[in-house]
Amino acid sequence: MTPLAGYLLVAALLFAIGLAGALTRRNAILVLIGIELMLNAANLNLIAFWRYGPHPEALTGMMFAIFSIAVAAAEAAVGLGLVISIHRHAHTADVDQMNRMKG
Amino acid sequence: MSLVFYVLAALTLAGGLAAVLLKNLVHCALALTLAFAGLALLYLELDAQFAGFAQILVYIGAVAILVVFAILLTRGSETPTAGGIFSHTWLAGLAIAAAVFAVLGWAVLQTAPLLPGAAPAPTVTVLQIGSALMGRYVLPLEIVALLLTAALIGAVIVAMHEKEGAK
Repeated sequence: MTPLAGYLLVAALLFAIGLAGALTRRNAILVLIGIELMLNAANLNLIAFWRYGPHPEALTGMMFAIFSIAVAAAEAAVGLGLVISIHRHAHTADVDQMNRMKG
Repeated sequence: MSLVFYVLAALTLAGGLAAVLLKNLVHCALALTLAFAGLALLYLELDAQFAGFAQILVYIGAVAILVVFAILLTRGSETPTAGGIFSHTWLAGLAIAAAVFAVLGWAVLQTAPLLPGAAPAPTVTVLQIGSALMGRYVLPLEIVALLLTAALIGAVIVAMHEKEGAK
């Protein structure tokens, strides 16, 4: 197995762990943690492809990962602000109980 | 595949698993920090020093602290342990995650013989990254600056305490 395949498998496993956490946990903060893990798995893919790709000196993959890190930071700030706001209104962080818009 | 890679991968995956499985939210945040640190070390192992240190600064320095603050601010209303920490549709979620991993792993293993093998380490200096950010990538950089400003203001407005009777 080439090193690149190893990194891709680790990233796939990390993505699956994050997806499982986001889909199964009841606490909204844990859902956000799962989303962060998925974003990080994607970043690992980008950096691995940059390292073993044909033109690493073009910096494309690394720049993509750096911008992705910045966007993920903005997402985390807004997401956690939303969780705090919902907690203030509904007095719960349990996503199973946030069913006010359920048809 | 070096021993360092296996150790770092095991560390990262153990941190990620603990972050989604542990019961105590603060322990989850600490395990998440461990996973972020493992990822930063994997970036360093991939010769992406700048991305590795950016990961440490942004994720361990800022996002982990934000998560801990959010956990502490939403404390006190933690759902009673009746019903467990997992949603009642956990089986479907686990099945979807397993299916996604199966597809991704199958795709990687199918194309593994075609992937490029070991390559010499690229020599990328911070100077090159800086001139790329100021040259070819200057428009995305400005857009990210705008996005971060908007997110900063948005997060404050969303989480701001509304006074009674105030508009």
